[in-house]
Amino acid sequence: MKITRQAFLALLAAAARAFPRPRRMAMAIDLAKCWKDRGCTRCSQACHAAHNVPQIPDRRREIKWIWKDRFENAFGEESASPAVAGAPVPLLCNHCEHPACVKVCPTGATFKRASDGLVMMDEHRCIGCRYCMAACPYGSRSFNWSDPRPFLRTIDPAYPTRTKGVVEKCTFCAERLARGGQPACVEVCPPKAMVFGDAADPSSAVAQLLQTRHAFRRKPELGAGPNVFYLL
Amino acid sequence: MSERAIIATGIALFLAAACFPFYRNAAAPPRPLVLPLPAGERECIAPVAYMRASHGDLLLAWRDRVVRSGERVFTAPDGRVRELSLTRTCLGCHEKAAFCDRCHDYVAIGPDCWNCHVDPRRPQ
Ligand code: SF4
Ligand code: SF4
Repeated sequence: MKITRQAFLALLAAAARAFPRPRRMAMAIDLAKCWKDRGCTRCSQACHAAHNVPQIPDRRREIKWIWKDRFENAFGEESASPAVAGAPVPLLCNHCEHPACVKVCPTGATFKRASDGLVMMDEHRCIGCRYCMAACPYGSRSFNWSDPRPFLRTIDPAYPTRTKGVVEKCTFCAERLARGGQPACVEVCPPKAMVFGDAADPSSAVAQLLQTRHAFRRKPELGAGPNVFYLL
Repeated sequence: MSERAIIATGIALFLAAACFPFYRNAAAPPRPLVLPLPAGERECIAPVAYMRASHGDLLLAWRDRVVRSGERVFTAPDGRVRELSLTRTCLGCHEKAAFCDRCHDYVAIGPDCWNCHVDPRRPQ
């Protein structure tokens, strides 16, 4: 059978439509905007309330999805000039392109979603071995050493709690994205310092920011390919 | 009485006492469990016989669809589009304490759903 050039191109176009390009969800955090109020904790409050993340006073057992740490702890002493040393940086799971946590998980409880790149937790399958916590270069994961419910002042029944013996972390608010929403932290941030979207779509706000602004990531030398970017 | 007879009587008495729960249950009238159904709803998301026998399997399949495949909704046989959610769909109609817990207690099983999933009527 002979196929014309035109028919071949039409076939290619149809194939491209049939296999949509996977999205790559990413976040850009504008530190200058974030630093307008260095004491602000609205992002972690909103996240932790939406996902029933307990407040455990013992720091060795604390659970956190998004939190702040000093610039030099996030990016290393050598990158911290006096202008930024000590400044608080919001930290969360980077939803890495090459997530070490996923590689080491023996049960497939943590996995990278092919459709949009989110690194997900299936708490039903987690056996609490904590390999993922050892593998994650960013300390993004927390372990439930005890039942978290006594440490929750209120529980939002729309989201499950976790149970003793499982690991948890930020999910980029997969449940909100499924309803067409934005992550809770992005939505609540007063100076709108966080921008979230599909970095693989050149017309998205986050892709535009990454094109036009100086963006940097945590520990790029490891090759994990973090999808959380910081702008300065 | 010979020692043999004493021992045999003792064993017989012991067996009679140890088996008491069995004949008591056999003699008692059956106590069917009547569970309260949601007022104002006439149909579950699947036929009653299927739900009775297989709601556990159904929930496991839902769990994998939501968590692993990112599917969040389905079309019920009555044509309504519903969420694949234990808390919002099942407990949106049924009362956990009066429905789920009573039957699970009756058949003496303890599913671990509730270690994490929350009863919206009694969040804590
Ligand atoms: S703790 Fe859970 S998620 Fe982490 S590696 Fe072990 S099974 Fe996987
Ligand atoms: S930041 Fe850590 S937990 Fe998140 S995807 Fe990367 S390796 Fe996994």
